Amino acid sequence: MSQVFLDSSSGEPMLPAARQAWVDGQQAGWGDPARLHRPGRLAAQALDQAREVIAGAVGARPDEVVFTSSAAHSNQAAVTGLALGRRRVGPRIVTTAIDHSSVLAAAAAAGAAHTAVEVDHEGHVDLDRWIGAVQSTGTAAACIQVANHEVGTLQPYAEAAQVCQRAEVPLILDATASLGRIDLGDAGGWSVLTGWAGAFGGPASVGILVIKRNTRWRAPYPTDDYQGGRWPGVPDVPAIYAAAVALDSWLRSGHAVGKRQRDLIDQLRAGIAQRVPDADVAGDPVHRVPHLLTFSVLYVDGETLTLELDKAGFAVASGSACSASSEHPSHVLAAMGALTHGNVRIGLTWSTTAAEIERFLQVLPPVVAGIRATLGVS
Amino acid sequence: MKCPRPIIEVARRIPEVSIGAVLELLADDPAAGPDLTAWCRMRGQTLVAADPPRFLVRREL
Repeated sequence: MSQVFLDSSSGEPMLPAARQAWVDGQQAGWGDPARLHRPGRLAAQALDQAREVIAGAVGARPDEVVFTSSAAHSNQAAVTGLALGRRRVGPRIVTTAIDHSSVLAAAAAAGAAHTAVEVDHEGHVDLDRWIGAVQSTGTAAACIQVANHEVGTLQPYAEAAQVCQRAEVPLILDATASLGRIDLGDAGGWSVLTGWAGAFGGPASVGILVIKRNTRWRAPYPTDDYQGGRWPGVPDVPAIYAAAVALDSWLRSGHAVGKRQRDLIDQLRAGIAQRVPDADVAGDPVHRVPHLLTFSVLYVDGETLTLELDKAGFAVASGSACSASSEHPSHVLAAMGALTHGNVRIGLTWSTTAAEIERFLQVLPPVVAGIRATLGVS
Repeated sequence: MKCPRPIIEVARRIPEVSIGAVLELLADDPAAGPDLTAWCRMRGQTLVAADPPRFLVRREL
């Protein structure tokens, strides 16, 4: 039986339409879009089309859309560029405690003062404290996620945008986990929006950075003539074009997929709570993106759990300290007061089926029981 | 001692202290703090002090 991939938050496999677009782009859109020759003009056309798709999805203008190389690059450019553009106002960057690590790292590096506002047990930011921090003197910029990348909880991003607009503090809206899944046409007064094509079945090499006009953002690195001096180097147009096609697939027909994913996560939440003793299921069960779920099981280590599930046919991620990628537990789970060991992070893909989820729910309890037996706990 | 060992040890030893008494854990595992917080919530116990590597848990039930 082939393996079921349930780690879309680390990067969803390319959607077939996006893969085809990439191939087409390599044939017709490979040129340097700044050149006047035919391959250059074709590439420029494809780049324009891609900008229109992104702009349409987030309620921006096409010329406000910039393509970077990853979500981390977009977040770093957003935070550091606003800190630079607004340095006369003050040094403070306001985030939540559970923003993406690239945002937290950039905020810590850029601002002499970084305020990371606490979240509750389900991952909702303490909005009053966040607003208080935004409104205090010396705040250069603020950041909020549409939805958290690990637990899926939605933040009050529309209210946050209104507050920032009134306070005249530029807001970074991190839409990485939500682009194509949540309608952002009504998100309103943000100044910079970030995203990543890998999160919605486009190429992992495409980051999205939308900078609204009249935003006091300055490139915090040397630039050139490409992309309006906002991100240097020749854009990888075939990859960018594929990213736009992937997002367009979600915008056109992803609604039904999203509904199916929402039901499957509900099924997982209920099934895990019923079938696995001492499981801590994290995040808001209702106000969330459709495709993400994180849970932890007591007295089990995340590395063994991930490897055993891999053997049993399921690819999942883990935010546990003992998992291969990190010495430290997930800062998201720690800030929420959720259990960090025995952690499993699930991201459904476009094609995840109900049968696969039911099989996962059958496989999980004996895997957990087996690890607990090895560790001498029951 | 790496996660989840410190929490397993706390669970194993907590019956040895009387209700209302405090159990001391020494753990250099970076997950010990957050996991002890979560374990206390799941088990109805109280984390009275967290000053890594030293943690104090009061047995409530």
